[in-house]
Amino acid sequence: MENSVLQVEGLSAAYRKNTVLDDVNFSIEAGTLTGIVGPNGAGKSTLIKSVLNLHPKLTGTVKFFGTDLKAVKKRIGYVPQRGSVDWDFPTNALDVVLMGLYGKIGWLKWPTNRDKQKAMEALEKVGMADYAKRQISQLSGGQQQRVFLARALVQDADLYFMDEPLAGVDAATERAIMTILKELKQAGKTVLVVHHDLQTVTDYFDHVLFLNRTVMAYGKTEEIFTKENIAKTYGGSILGLREENGHVIITRK
Amino acid sequence: MLSLLANSNLQWVLFSTMILGVAAGTIGCLAYWKKQSLMSDSLAHAALPGVVIAYMIIETKDLFLLIIGAAVSALIGAFFIQTIQSLTRITEDTAMGMILSVFFGLGIMLLTIVNRTAGGNQSGLNNFIFGQAAAMIRSDVFTMLLLACVVILIVVIGFKEWKIYLFDPDFAKGLGISIPFMNGLYTVLLVTTVVIGIQAVGVILIAALMIIPAVSAHYWTHSFKVMVLLSAIIGGVSGALGTYISALGSGWPTGPFIVVTAAVMFLISLCIGKERGLLIRYMQYKKQQRMYVQQRIPVQFKTREAEK
Repeated sequence: MENSVLQVEGLSAAYRKNTVLDDVNFSIEAGTLTGIVGPNGAGKSTLIKSVLNLHPKLTGTVKFFGTDLKAVKKRIGYVPQRGSVDWDFPTNALDVVLMGLYGKIGWLKWPTNRDKQKAMEALEKVGMADYAKRQISQLSGGQQQRVFLARALVQDADLYFMDEPLAGVDAATERAIMTILKELKQAGKTVLVVHHDLQTVTDYFDHVLFLNRTVMAYGKTEEIFTKENIAKTYGGSILGLREENGHVIITRK
Repeated sequence: MLSLLANSNLQWVLFSTMILGVAAGTIGCLAYWKKQSLMSDSLAHAALPGVVIAYMIIETKDLFLLIIGAAVSALIGAFFIQTIQSLTRITEDTAMGMILSVFFGLGIMLLTIVNRTAGGNQSGLNNFIFGQAAAMIRSDVFTMLLLACVVILIVVIGFKEWKIYLFDPDFAKGLGISIPFMNGLYTVLLVTTVVIGIQAVGVILIAALMIIPAVSAHYWTHSFKVMVLLSAIIGGVSGALGTYISALGSGWPTGPFIVVTAAVMFLISLCIGKERGLLIRYMQYKKQQRMYVQQRIPVQFKTREAEK
């Protein structure tokens, strides 16, 4: 595909003895907002980590913007799961956002006032400017997630990977984060989001990737977010599914 | 008492244990946030057989060569801990516990053998267990000073890279920082700090000089930079003060005095530390309680009155 910013071919990965990803193939077009959905243990986080070389691949090739990760590292932004770091670490919100600029600042140099201003702007965008000097352990879960998002925003990347940015945040934060993701998309950026809530998929994402060890279905949300694909991906674990004016409604029993 | 300070050899020794404390405090912060405080202890114990074997080979007490022996032995210990952990289902703390005791046991065994041989008990190798700073000669002091300064410099140069590496290694990798390189460099810094300290502080207690200053510093600040600085200062003061006190008596080991000094500073930090100290927390709680009582109770009283 000409317009593809991410191309994954024959990717597989394992944790110790268990293969968690098996022959994953997909290609993401520029300017899309994709939700990666699947049951627990389907390999959603592992997929992002193997694509970004944070977890070793068994096989497969991944191309970013038609080339290797190393050559385009600066054009890629990553928002890890909130639980992946120790929030007791002695640092404040502004400092965490500044870390997003470390790659551009380079070794031996300190952040300038211009960098700090950029970080402040990112904090403002996620509605956290008032908390800039707050120790990060004193932030709520939703606020921590916003700080992580701000750190990715200052990177000014073209392709973003976000691991469960909406997990455990309140409705206001969820709305704020989704507004920003949609703005990113409108600015021509590409965003991939690991997502766990099937109810909101049609509202949030223009593309959806069903994952359970391998790609079960991938395409435009309105075309492939169907009862069949959900059942295929989740097996028998979701019982109540019905279709209503083109929307799939999930009712858990 | 003050005449002790006029002794030029003691001045050098004091200065070197102070710089050692600064280096240990700095690296201790890295170990603290890498959640590997106990790793420094294992590496220190694992260094003992290396010291003794190096002495058996060269048959003279050249600190630089003994330090190399210690470093090799500590690195082998680190390698075993890593390997045991990745190849078996044994967890890191169990692996460290095993390596720590087995290497230390081996070291003591070899030391006993050396001490039995002719002239062996004059070797002063026993000093490596509890530390004897006064036994250091001028060249030992220089070796220690130089290596400690290199360690401190490496942390200062890559300060923000160390910070992101400790806080969020996955993100650091995304920024192009090589995690295997940082892991390797961290181990080298840790081992260097441990081995240059073993003559002055001893293999049993050198880890305390890395752990205690870092924990104490965390009670005072919410900034990583300030924490490292404070930890370095606490380490430096403990090193110098402990050495000075141990020099008051003849043949008093240095390590225990350094560690007890550091522990006193920890107690002070625990009680009155500005950010997490017990006293501060209690005072904040009391203040909050007073404010609540002053502001809320009259309001509640009034509303109740009004309701009536």
